[in-house]
Amino acid sequence: MAIPAISDQDFDRLTRAYPSDRRYALAVMQDMQRRYNYIPPEGLTALAEYLNCPVAELYSMATFYKALSLKPKGNHIIKVCDGTACHIRGSVNLLNGIMAALGIGPEETTEDGEFSLELVNCLGSCALAPVMVVDGVYYGKVTLESLPDIFNRLREGAAV
Amino acid sequence: MNCTVLVCCGTGCIANGSIDVTEALSRALLEIGADASVKTAVKQTGCNGFCENGPIVRIMPDDISYYRVKPKDAPAIAASIGGKPVNRLLFRDEEGKPVLSQKANPFYTPQRKVALRNIGEIDPGQLADYRARGGYEALKKALAMTPDEIIREVEISGLRGRGGAGFPTGRKWRTAAGYEAEPKYVVCNGDEGDPGAFMDRSILEGDPHTVLEGMAICALAVGASEGFLYIRDEYGLAREHIQRAISDAEEEGILGDSLMGGGKSLRLSVVRGGGAFVCGESTALMASIEGRVGEPRAKYIRSVQRGLWNQPTVLNNVETFANIPVIINEGGASFAELGTDNSKGTKVFAMVGKVKRTGLVEIPMGVSLRHLIYDIGGGVIGDRPFKAVQTGGPSGGCIPADMLDLPVDFDTLTQYGAMMGSGGMIVMDDRSCMVEVARYYVNFLAGESCGKCSPCREGLRQMLQILTDIREGRGKKGDVELLEEIGETMIGASLCALGKSAPNPVLTTIRYFRDEYDAHIHEYRCPAGVCPKLTAFEIDPAACTGCTRCKRACPTGAITGGVKSAHNIDQASCIACGSCRDVCRFGAVRAAAKRRLAV
Repeated sequence: MAIPAISDQDFDRLTRAYPSDRRYALAVMQDMQRRYNYIPPEGLTALAEYLNCPVAELYSMATFYKALSLKPKGNHIIKVCDGTACHIRGSVNLLNGIMAALGIGPEETTEDGEFSLELVNCLGSCALAPVMVVDGVYYGKVTLESLPDIFNRLREGAAV
Repeated sequence: MNCTVLVCCGTGCIANGSIDVTEALSRALLEIGADASVKTAVKQTGCNGFCENGPIVRIMPDDISYYRVKPKDAPAIAASIGGKPVNRLLFRDEEGKPVLSQKANPFYTPQRKVALRNIGEIDPGQLADYRARGGYEALKKALAMTPDEIIREVEISGLRGRGGAGFPTGRKWRTAAGYEAEPKYVVCNGDEGDPGAFMDRSILEGDPHTVLEGMAICALAVGASEGFLYIRDEYGLAREHIQRAISDAEEEGILGDSLMGGGKSLRLSVVRGGGAFVCGESTALMASIEGRVGEPRAKYIRSVQRGLWNQPTVLNNVETFANIPVIINEGGASFAELGTDNSKGTKVFAMVGKVKRTGLVEIPMGVSLRHLIYDIGGGVIGDRPFKAVQTGGPSGGCIPADMLDLPVDFDTLTQYGAMMGSGGMIVMDDRSCMVEVARYYVNFLAGESCGKCSPCREGLRQMLQILTDIREGRGKKGDVELLEEIGETMIGASLCALGKSAPNPVLTTIRYFRDEYDAHIHEYRCPAGVCPKLTAFEIDPAACTGCTRCKRACPTGAITGGVKSAHNIDQASCIACGSCRDVCRFGAVRAAAKRRLAV
């Protein structure tokens, strides 16, 4: 998967809405994550310069917050909820089914860069357990049978 | 007749397709030229267990609720307005009789809505809807009061923080008001991270202005001019609704440079969380707002004195703020009429797990767990035996069946080793393994511990190792005592509430379900039939009807047998996931102790 480099122009666009104030570090990094599917190293150094703070501190934030990733994520992000309600309603079986279907484990990305799998804490949709969220869309009461169909549709959508 | 059609658009109902339903209804009403306007409303019914039966559509003012509505039902609903209701979409009670109104539904009748008063009644995107139900009247009233008068009302109400610790809100405000420093901040904690709790999400999504009004009143009382709402990364819809509510209120001159034209200013902004559970802890949350790693600090100096950027800061939970406008409007004394001596008002609980009616329940403090679970929740799914209810999130505890008559309030639950926490209630039946439950929470917390202090970081790691060993049949004599010892150390020596309360699930399961630990360790068996390494499933040929449900559910194809003949499980390929037992309607699948393989 080709990873786009951050140009000065891109960086300006990312920080346009944010003054040079340390309190916006997390917000800028979240925007960066959404734009590039990860926090590119040059993005981190540029941000450190912009906010006038050590790169190490931003690096520690990038490793601390789960919403941020230093490794590129796939085009589609699959979050399997392992909150208590989902856990006791079979989220582990669901996870195993997804792992078998995609050939990746949690926190991994498929080789073609299409899918990333994440096991997440409660998504607050317990009545729909077990819940899976793909690209922000909630799938409730997911069954193993429905998985191939969901993934195929996503793959086709991605090709268009 | 002027009619409003409310379509639930909470996260749950959206997942079930409520956006399509909204469009179909708008179209259908337009086609027949009905005198009705379609509004979308986020209702807490979306998470009321009926969201399993969502999308939910409610016709007002007739107050008729429809469940599992599909876009193709839209013409029938549109045509029914003002006439006969659509029978097939109504809720049915235990006797199968259709129920028209939510008010007649056994899930809602015992409830008392204070914090959730507007949810499902208004369109959260419409400031006018909120004002039509008395919104911002409390702020207007507060503007005419002195800070001391506002704080006194909150003190009289006896309101305690709904985020978990139950600290008296009035006392917190009074302390913050007493410091001279400028500026001061007001912060709303919307980092609801407890698995199984979603009341804050529901309020933020369904009634955002209530939270803003509560914060504005707090700001007046303590003298703050800037505020933040820290909302979890996962709650996209909640952030969207709050953001819109802030802009709308600023545009109308309610918030911003001059609160309702009264001259005092308040700037509110939304901060998006980064996906870290520990950031629900107040000092970690403040560090996160400042743009740092979300690690807690020792609280020798409280954040009401030195919080955000070392300035006096009042931090309250979403539900706490949602109660404030009611207290100001109706007076603290009226609020204090509900609840118990030391826990006033109502509390919202998220009842989930193996309970028939899943959802958000708001009831006065002090009712019994039995009333909650059986009268409102309808009891355990499949009428299986009740084993425990886990309260208070990952740092709470498990309460056993013989304590179901305990009143639910801050102090009682704490006394029995659990806690009210944010109000999560996870109901467990005889097929829930208490060792596995403890391990699940410890695993969660071990992943979420920030690692700053060693009792929490190392204690959780060791606990997790021991619990995993017990679950997988490697438990040893003395393990339980070791768990208790580690737990006591963590309670005494951890830096923040996460570490101090992290041993609760382990200690309460040991206290009330010691026999299950012993069965795992000494008898090499999991009484609930959950832990795969210790459990084997068998099909009783006499009870099996050969319906093939289990065969279809088996993820590994371990079940053989033809239609209408007894099935059999191949032990070599069985992974003991229990799917077959879950789907069997005849009780033919049984858990047994796995025979110990020769090593």
